[in-house]
Amino acid sequence: MKAIELKKITKKFGNTYANNKIDFSVQQGEIHCLLGENGAGKSTLVKIIFGLYQKDSGEIKINDQIVKLKGPADAIARKVGMIHQHFMLVDSLTITENIIAGAEPSSKGFINYREAERKVRDLSEQYNLQVKVDSLVGEISVGEQQRVEILKALYRNAEILILDEPTAVLTPQETKELFNVLEQLKKSGKTIIFITHKLKETMQVADRVSVLRDGKKVGTVETSQTNPAELARMMVGREVLLKVNRTQNNPGEKVLEISNLNYKNKKSGLSLEDINFSIQAGEILGIAGVEGNGQLELEEVIAGLRSFQQGNIELNSKIINNFSVKERRKNGLAHIPSDRLKRGLIQNFNLANNLVLGSEWDSPYAYYSILNYNEINKFKDEIVKEFDLRYTKNNSIAGELSGGNQQKLIIGRELSRETNFILAAQPTRGVDVGAIEYIHKLLIEMRNNGKAILLISAELDELRSLSDHLLVIYEGKIVARGSTDKFTEEELGLLMAGHYQQGGENV
Amino acid sequence: MSKYKNILNSILAIIFALFVGAVLIKISGHSVKEAYYYLFYGAFGTSYNFAQTLLMTTPLIFTGLAVAIGFQSGLFNIGGEGQLYWGAFVTAIIAIKFTLLPGYLLIFIALLGGALAGGLWAAFPGYLKAKTGAHEVITTIMFNYIGILATTFLLKRYFKADGPVDQTVMLTKKARLPELITNTRLTWAIIIGIIVVFLVDQLLKRTAIGFDLKVVGENIFAAEYAGIKTGKYTILAMIISGAVAGLAGGTIVLGVLHRFITNFSPGYGFTGIAVAVLGRNKPWGVLLAAFLFGALEAGGMAMQLFADIPSDLMEIVQGLVILFVAAPAIFEIIFPVIKKNRGVESNV
Repeated sequence: MKAIELKKITKKFGNTYANNKIDFSVQQGEIHCLLGENGAGKSTLVKIIFGLYQKDSGEIKINDQIVKLKGPADAIARKVGMIHQHFMLVDSLTITENIIAGAEPSSKGFINYREAERKVRDLSEQYNLQVKVDSLVGEISVGEQQRVEILKALYRNAEILILDEPTAVLTPQETKELFNVLEQLKKSGKTIIFITHKLKETMQVADRVSVLRDGKKVGTVETSQTNPAELARMMVGREVLLKVNRTQNNPGEKVLEISNLNYKNKKSGLSLEDINFSIQAGEILGIAGVEGNGQLELEEVIAGLRSFQQGNIELNSKIINNFSVKERRKNGLAHIPSDRLKRGLIQNFNLANNLVLGSEWDSPYAYYSILNYNEINKFKDEIVKEFDLRYTKNNSIAGELSGGNQQKLIIGRELSRETNFILAAQPTRGVDVGAIEYIHKLLIEMRNNGKAILLISAELDELRSLSDHLLVIYEGKIVARGSTDKFTEEELGLLMAGHYQQGGENV
Repeated sequence: MSKYKNILNSILAIIFALFVGAVLIKISGHSVKEAYYYLFYGAFGTSYNFAQTLLMTTPLIFTGLAVAIGFQSGLFNIGGEGQLYWGAFVTAIIAIKFTLLPGYLLIFIALLGGALAGGLWAAFPGYLKAKTGAHEVITTIMFNYIGILATTFLLKRYFKADGPVDQTVMLTKKARLPELITNTRLTWAIIIGIIVVFLVDQLLKRTAIGFDLKVVGENIFAAEYAGIKTGKYTILAMIISGAVAGLAGGTIVLGVLHRFITNFSPGYGFTGIAVAVLGRNKPWGVLLAAFLFGALEAGGMAMQLFADIPSDLMEIVQGLVILFVAAPAIFEIIFPVIKKNRGVESNV
């Protein structure tokens, strides 16, 4: 039986087709991935299924019945549930309160909390979705918040679950847990639509995959009959190199040296302990680890955004412990920050202003504080051309760009300055396949041109294909180090999870 | 939202506020035609009336601009009133004490002193914010009370002229701002206001300082990342904002009152917030918004005088304008057409 069947669904925004005559069907009891790059129309399509958008034309069938969905309430009534990418939760309420909100079990106008908690507990046990029913949502991890969202849908008797990029916010471990939950849900007969732009996840979790590109459906394939390269080709419309070609490097002199670095994050209690490493010119050093093990702290300590308690950071033979951000940048630091929306750019500024950010006092962009927009715009045009930045309007603001183009903007800005050390944190997070390929190629090119690169990433594949050497970080300590070829993927996984006695020799 | 849409929205807000005002005038038993005739006449009818409009406009240019500068830098400076009082007070004292200076120089130094005083007064909340994170909304409100009462205290203690009123002596003729049109009290203050609007606009648009101020206002984390000293710019923004508010006080003293009187301001500092909102925190927008408020003020007085309709009604209209500007969604309820067009902006 078909749980969902869409025929010739079309949705236009202005003059662009978000969805163009899409046929799409999901079998009951399967996990169906909806794969595509950012802006391919995945979110629009599922929002139509969930009643958040109204289709312009086409036909929607749920459980073989033609339906008209005027809003989410109509979809929920037909047992469709959606877990949004950005959670719709109230931080100051408990898990139970969040789950029951809008559908409270009550008698005579009073909420029966005991009944509510019992129901939530039952559901959480039935599907192995572990949550502490009385914790405040604001105090639990992102992974747990997502479980709350899933429970919310199940509490409303959802049989068809839509998950919009559920892994974007999760650590690898949490992702694994989520996949287990999905398997469990499938076993109990639920139908799952899973949106992603990650090939590996698709291969892991889905029974079938439908690929969208530019608002059109490219095709539907069984996961067992396909491979990542084919999926990438379907997504992007051309051959994509999933693995970069990393040649033997010939490292030069030492560029960055960190010795006995100690830092305590007073807010989270996490400490960096005795961090020691160095990077040479023409080398990529990767930092592997499950997120939240000190990567952000290390990144920001090196960038000068946090001051540390003990140790030395030496960049280009200068101790930069007390250098301001600006002085570090003058001394050769380029920084691609892990949180591009928070740190890396100003969403309301246009491209030119974002590109000059950090150089706004420097010649030729300014002459004593007076900005020279001729030069700034010339610079913008150069970067746009060199880094193939795509934008819609002439005066587009950064917030309107796709994730991949935002990242290219930051990378373009950082690499265009005279630097020899690149601090690249999560450089391909939330970026589509085409842009990932481009960014990887660029980083390798930079390395071959003699730059020293520190690559902090949550993507093991990325680390393994780009890095010359790897460090594994666990709870703020470096637990293993060595040249990349020395580690297998399994070893790295174990080391990242804290089983470090058996692994890793010094370089 | 695009620039033109903003302007269209503002104009709609004004028209709609006047319409609701008309309903209120009707309900209160007055003739709408008569009321709006005198409103318009009072604001623009004669060159004297127009001068009154500009006179009312002037302080609001400064205080509106002060708030706008704060907003652009991510700060909500509600302390305009206190900064205005310090500006007025110091301007008056300089003008009284340094009478040996030649006229133009005296005016210049008095206004400069007033601006510095306002800036310094605003620097404290800025410093507290930068160093301790104390929220400027709270501190600037408190600093209003302290500023107003401190100037009152200093006046009473050291500078009070003889007589029952808490005020200084009159300024000498040469310390007064020259009138643009005789017997209107409309002085060079408005020209100074327009010049300051121009300068602030250029500062924000064309200089690296303005750029950094805006970066701090838009995204303080990105500012840190780019190596901008955020604390320094927080204080600087407050100083510039406070200095402009101080000029509001200074120009009133030199142009209108010709002395410092306690409690002289009817809340210019606070009205500045509304002016900044209507002007969408853009310097030239603030100028237009101040002009609108000035016209409503001057027209409202004529309305009261000639048609015996309380000018408070015009304050209601002012409030409605702000309401409609701040909540453009109200229009979308009224005019569904606009809403339809907005669908285009939804993300794909």
